[in-house]
Amino acid sequence: MHQSNIDSIALFFLGGHMSILRNKLFGFLASIVIALTCLTNIAKADSSDPIRIPVLNWSSQVVMANVLAQVFEEQGYNVELVPAESASRYEAIRTGDLHIAHETWQSTMAKPMYEAMDKGGLIDAGSHAAPTLEDMGVPNWVIEQNLCPGLPSWEALKSEECQKNFATADSEGKGRWLEGPYEWHTDVMPNRLKGLGLDDTWTVKFAGSADALWAELAAAKKEGRGTVIFNWTPNFTDAEGFTFIEFPPFFQGCRLEDGGSVDTTGCGSPVGWLKKAAHIKLPITHTSAYKFLTKFEANATHIGNMANYVDNGGMTHADAASQFIADFRGDVDEWLK
Amino acid sequence: MKEKLKKSKPLQFGILFLVFLIFYFLVPKSESNLLWRLPPLFKDFPLWINNTIYSALYDWFPIKVWDPVFEMYEKKAAFREVTRAISASVLFLITFVREILLGGVQTLGSFISDSWLNSNKWFTWPALPWTVVVSGAMILGFQLQGIRLALLAGIGVCYLSIFGQWAPSMQTLSFVLITAPICFLFGLSLGIWGYLDKKVEAALQPILNVAQTMPHFSFLIPVMVLFGIGDHAGAIATIVFATPPMVRLTILGLRKISPEVVESGLMSGCNKFQLLFKVLIPTARTDILIGVNQVIMQCLAMTVIASFIGAKGLGFNLKLALNSLKIGKAAEIGICIVIIAVVLDKFSLAWANKQKNYFANLSFFQKNKYLIIFSILLLIGSIIAFYAGNYFNEINYLYIIPYERGFSISPLLDAFVDWVWETFFYYLNAFNIFLISNVLLPMKTAYLAMPVISTFILFMGTGYIIGGLRSAFTVGPLILFIALSEYWDRALITMYMATFAVVISTIIGLVVGSLSAQSEKATKFMLFICDFFQTFPSFVYLIPVILLFGITDTSVLLAAIIYATIPSTRYTIEGLKSVPVSLHEAASMSGVSRLQRWTTIEIPLAFPHIMLGINQTLIFSLFMIVLGALIGTEDLGQIIMGSLSRNDGAGVALTLGIFVSFICLAVDHLIRTWSEKQKKLLGID
Repeated sequence: MHQSNIDSIALFFLGGHMSILRNKLFGFLASIVIALTCLTNIAKADSSDPIRIPVLNWSSQVVMANVLAQVFEEQGYNVELVPAESASRYEAIRTGDLHIAHETWQSTMAKPMYEAMDKGGLIDAGSHAAPTLEDMGVPNWVIEQNLCPGLPSWEALKSEECQKNFATADSEGKGRWLEGPYEWHTDVMPNRLKGLGLDDTWTVKFAGSADALWAELAAAKKEGRGTVIFNWTPNFTDAEGFTFIEFPPFFQGCRLEDGGSVDTTGCGSPVGWLKKAAHIKLPITHTSAYKFLTKFEANATHIGNMANYVDNGGMTHADAASQFIADFRGDVDEWLK
Repeated sequence: MKEKLKKSKPLQFGILFLVFLIFYFLVPKSESNLLWRLPPLFKDFPLWINNTIYSALYDWFPIKVWDPVFEMYEKKAAFREVTRAISASVLFLITFVREILLGGVQTLGSFISDSWLNSNKWFTWPALPWTVVVSGAMILGFQLQGIRLALLAGIGVCYLSIFGQWAPSMQTLSFVLITAPICFLFGLSLGIWGYLDKKVEAALQPILNVAQTMPHFSFLIPVMVLFGIGDHAGAIATIVFATPPMVRLTILGLRKISPEVVESGLMSGCNKFQLLFKVLIPTARTDILIGVNQVIMQCLAMTVIASFIGAKGLGFNLKLALNSLKIGKAAEIGICIVIIAVVLDKFSLAWANKQKNYFANLSFFQKNKYLIIFSILLLIGSIIAFYAGNYFNEINYLYIIPYERGFSISPLLDAFVDWVWETFFYYLNAFNIFLISNVLLPMKTAYLAMPVISTFILFMGTGYIIGGLRSAFTVGPLILFIALSEYWDRALITMYMATFAVVISTIIGLVVGSLSAQSEKATKFMLFICDFFQTFPSFVYLIPVILLFGITDTSVLLAAIIYATIPSTRYTIEGLKSVPVSLHEAASMSGVSRLQRWTTIEIPLAFPHIMLGINQTLIFSLFMIVLGALIGTEDLGQIIMGSLSRNDGAGVALTLGIFVSFICLAVDHLIRTWSEKQKKLLGID
């Protein structure tokens, strides 16, 4: 009864006019699409278009984005800060959704950057002055409390006493390395353990995000236990003190995935670059902004300060950027020339 | 014996379990054995999706578009032009609302020539002073309902300002003010269409099922690839996520309308549109309103997740605060999100419940008195803000309180987290080690040691016992699709975590729900807590959980349990409430004790409804387990989160999202079939 009634309502509404309705619907959709396209054409592609800078989730990057924004505004451009994710932003820069990637770390971001470059649309805007290092290491209190005698040399990890101090609830008695998310370096760290012959006594756990790494660092500090985590410099952890473990030196091709063997894959990380990338049209549409970007060569002090204003000084990111420009006005003017 | 077996469900399940165990222990664990693991035949599926998306975006139907920068024609795919046009219009709308609230003339300026803009520098629009927005919210609240809503809105909006979250809150608000109505309109029209046309409903049903059970993160990447990055992408992802409940509830509401209502409408001579908008929709109002409530909740629940693909506002600031482990700050921002959700929800409810007075003969002033009062307040507020600018030398507190320049209770909240840590850490740590080594690790190993044939026996056998062959062959293909991929082991880990989280959440939900269903006040309070935790961003407790339990499965599961207990509590309360009072009385008269009444009458009668809650519990816990990848897991979630940074991420994320969704749908089908049968048996409907 009820059901048939609904059908009759449907008939009442749609009746024999189904096909007409459908045609109308298509016409309607088509006109929406046309209207939308017209609307986009209002957006003009010239220097008044905002420069879109991605903002990621760590302090120095956000502050640097704000520094760039303030400098570009000084030059008379419009700027928009867009929240983004570290690796996916390169594709967005390639297609012009974003314009700049100002902190590109060699070991974690080189791959997506060059993939985007291969597809066309992204250009390299030079490197910062700061050398970068990303590797496994320990917070300084681990060495002060002598939890693993012999650190920072990697040989110290061989001792059973050391390994036990780094065991966790789920590591089955093995010492644990806390690596960043798996997609950052895939199997480099598990392979390194194998290469060093430590894989029987040590295991690698992948944290899910940078946040998880810092939370682990804070938790280990509170508890006073040891932890071996993946970290990088320059970073805000530099202020608290962090020591990288000294692994056998890196050379080109030592890693298993670069054609090395198990004997050589124990090598440490290379000292890497910190690059800037830009959308291919930026040099034409926002000429002086692009010029500033290429000349902007932040060194370790610059980047350390950017992070420090926020992480230890308690400033907001925008204020930290103003503070940075005020403190390093000479350098900024040099880059602006 | 045969007769007995036919009648006794426990016996049937016993035999099923026995068969399951036999296969579990007898199937040799070798990769070449088909009973152990199926070959990854669907391995290329993600890549195929990915290639399809990319060729649609870059190869199909190329049209020539003039590129003003390089001054030449560029070949672009028509499809991409369409998606980008959609993005641009959504962004335009969001920016428009945002500029009304926070100032700026970007949207208005886009209609005017640049040269005019450059020569007329006076053409600016300042932000609304926060005092004006507060009074506006209060007036609106008063007009919609009365003094209580006015106070709630006023205090809520004040909090946003005083706690120094004004600009991000207004950004989030402008985002929601555009996405929620779009979801509402989309949902309503799809719902009406589905109601009128059986075929449409049949087509909508599976899409809704998948969209509602897919983890948010798995459609973020496809949305980003299709629509770019920015507020518009966040908005579109939110629309995908928040529209399905609206569609569903619209169809449900319209279906419930009795034929008499329609007849009376037709008799009074309604035409089609009058019948729809004056008769059907007003009659189905209750369900449609629940839909609106869900839309608002979901939109705000997405704020943090949308910030992964470019949405500005509270969500992004929250993520940033968490990155530097500022838990107190993050919680404060989380409360802002809840406040916006509560105020908008109450407003929409009051607006929909407001009866229009058709008979009053009002003068212009009477009709528009609230508008006039608001205009006066706007003027006063602006003048005060303007002059206050001279009085305050650095920050104009009566215009806009800048970000993080307000009060803060974050030191208190941080101190609370520290206190919890210092007081409980050693007990918790011991508990953690015990739990991991005695429960979680063995459970995980057991799941991973399960031959694929056993999994099928378990799922399809349960389906057969509950709903016959039909159920068995509904559930089978869903699981088969996952088993034929290369991610089966990861799916098993996901299932292990989901099982644990669901069991614990259900137990907690049953106990807490039953206790709070005892009194009216406790029920209200508990439902408020449920609402709070549903909109309070779950990201906030990911970090404290790591501090307490480290980067382990315990942390992920604890976060999942907190989140998944919401639906199980809610449904338990609703289920118990639906047990007729006459039955309570009848039972009491027959002399049962309170506890007996609970175990023998209330729980069995409410159980079918509670089981539907378990469905939701599973969906919620799977969402959190996927999110738990941010802590560190080795399941499907890890790949879904990781695909944010993969080249073929769109395809992988979608495929794995579909896997998670299929797990949900399989369990959902079993529970729903069982629950419906049980309801029929018990004679409740």
